[in-house]
Amino acid sequence: MSRIPLSALIGMVVTAAYFLAAIFADVISPYGYADVVGNVWDPVSAEHWLGTDSIGRDLLSRMIYGGQITIFVAAAATVLAFATGAFFGFLAAVSGGWVDQVLSRLVDLLMSIPALILALVILSVLPVSVPVLIGVMGLIESTRVFRLSRAVAVDVAVMDYVEAARLRGEGTIWVIFREILPNALSPLVAEAGLRFIFMVLFISTLSFLGLGVQPPLADWGGIVKENKEGIVYGIPAALIPAVAIATLAISVNLVADWVLTRTSSLKGGRG
Amino acid sequence: MITTLLGHPVVRLVAHRIAMGLVLLFAASLLIFVGTQILPGDVAQSILGQSATPQSLANLRAELGLNEPAVTRYISWLVGAMHGDLGTALTNGQDIAEAMGRRLGNTLFLASCAAIIAVPMALILGLVSVRYHRRWPDKVISGVTLASVSVPEFLLGYIVMFIMAVRLHAFPSVSTVYDSMSLLERLNAIALPVIVLVMVVLGHMMRMTRAAILNVMQSAYIETAELKGLRPFRIIWRHALPNAIAPVVNVVMLNLAYLVVGVVVVEVVFVYPGMGQYLVDHVAKRDVPVVQACGLVFAAVYIGLNMIADVVSILANPRLRHPK
Repeated sequence: MSRIPLSALIGMVVTAAYFLAAIFADVISPYGYADVVGNVWDPVSAEHWLGTDSIGRDLLSRMIYGGQITIFVAAAATVLAFATGAFFGFLAAVSGGWVDQVLSRLVDLLMSIPALILALVILSVLPVSVPVLIGVMGLIESTRVFRLSRAVAVDVAVMDYVEAARLRGEGTIWVIFREILPNALSPLVAEAGLRFIFMVLFISTLSFLGLGVQPPLADWGGIVKENKEGIVYGIPAALIPAVAIATLAISVNLVADWVLTRTSSLKGGRG
Repeated sequence: MITTLLGHPVVRLVAHRIAMGLVLLFAASLLIFVGTQILPGDVAQSILGQSATPQSLANLRAELGLNEPAVTRYISWLVGAMHGDLGTALTNGQDIAEAMGRRLGNTLFLASCAAIIAVPMALILGLVSVRYHRRWPDKVISGVTLASVSVPEFLLGYIVMFIMAVRLHAFPSVSTVYDSMSLLERLNAIALPVIVLVMVVLGHMMRMTRAAILNVMQSAYIETAELKGLRPFRIIWRHALPNAIAPVVNVVMLNLAYLVVGVVVVEVVFVYPGMGQYLVDHVAKRDVPVVQACGLVFAAVYIGLNMIADVVSILANPRLRHPK
């Protein structure tokens, strides 16, 4: 085990801080997320560390609760994307033949429409609620996971130990979970970080467009939407979520980069 | 003569790729239709809400043609779309194709202005960071692009608006355009969205260009050129670039496709009357015909650009152009 580089360490600390703030939001946030405690767009003060928002709610508390929703939705969608995408990716690689053809062509089709456009089209007929958002985002994203896990699993599936398992008479499900999954895990873990960030950006964008998390709840994208009128008057409240999203994205990227180089050097450093 | 031309492998490959694109577009239209029609929650219900009376629901269903079988509705929609008839909007009864025409023009104008600036910039920056690989110019460029990739488009939009329009008063904060504007006024109005779009695609495009050229730089003929004592820029320009054209064109096309999506959000930020705003407005109003039409147009542009990328990389490959 080599030393952890400084960049990855910083990434881990910042990421952990955001996750802890999300988990303990009830404990650390100074006010409730819906309590009106000041005037409209109060500047930064000792009582309100980030000032107040468009109707006088404490912005720091809004940001902490917003982070909770953003991180929860993004994490749930990432888990869903990996559960479905990786399972079908492995299934396609192990089965081959028409199963592979049908799944791969279906994914080609889903990926031929940009993710945001597809999400908007589907959300135009579904009720916009948190479970629906997680489902739509996770399933759209699972196409990207499918591509990667199929590519990784195709390499693993031709190994002798998989052949041996098949000759022993193991079923497809056993091969997928006991032979392919353990050997395909490390590239998937690195990818999970990048996919999580993509989900954070996705839910923020949908909420900003008014088609994501609905008021009175607000995620970081929703906070931008609530405070965007302030920009023209020179009130930077809407820019605070920008800092949060960007720092979270960069720190997860730094960790994922490190995981990726570490796992590729374990394989003989060909990467 | 014609038979030998048709028999040429490049022609066959290109024809095959174009046919694939058309099949994909057809399948995408099916997906968009199925996605908006057969999902739980019928359109009439979602327009009128839960409290609607059965009578008004039935009337609306009849008006929308929802009592017809889905296959019939799909075929008439597709045939209409191929003739340029995209139906009428539910919310205001306007003809969709007519409302969309001018907006599509606006969107393409915005996207092409951004592309004209972003593409050469990305190529030059990509070359510079390959030339100074692992030295400070490379690291600075990589760091800045990582940051710009990590910020969603709409936030980049507000940051640019805050700095350029509110603090510096350099450009208008809202991109209003109308017919009587001169080209210069129009360019001034869209300056901020163009800056944002350039920032959005520049990062991706530069990183991918850099990766594509670096990949070529590891080949044996580059080492030979280095051993001959050629200057670094000459090696990149004469030896690496011609071989990197196919991947680079691919990168450019993929990013133009990405630009088409980025436009949706940036238009909403700057209140620019384009396709993206049209789509988002009508998703919120649950105006399904408009959403379907917009989805189809966006998918067509996206699939088309990806198809061009593949065709160009086939044409740029000398092994395919001059078969043995």
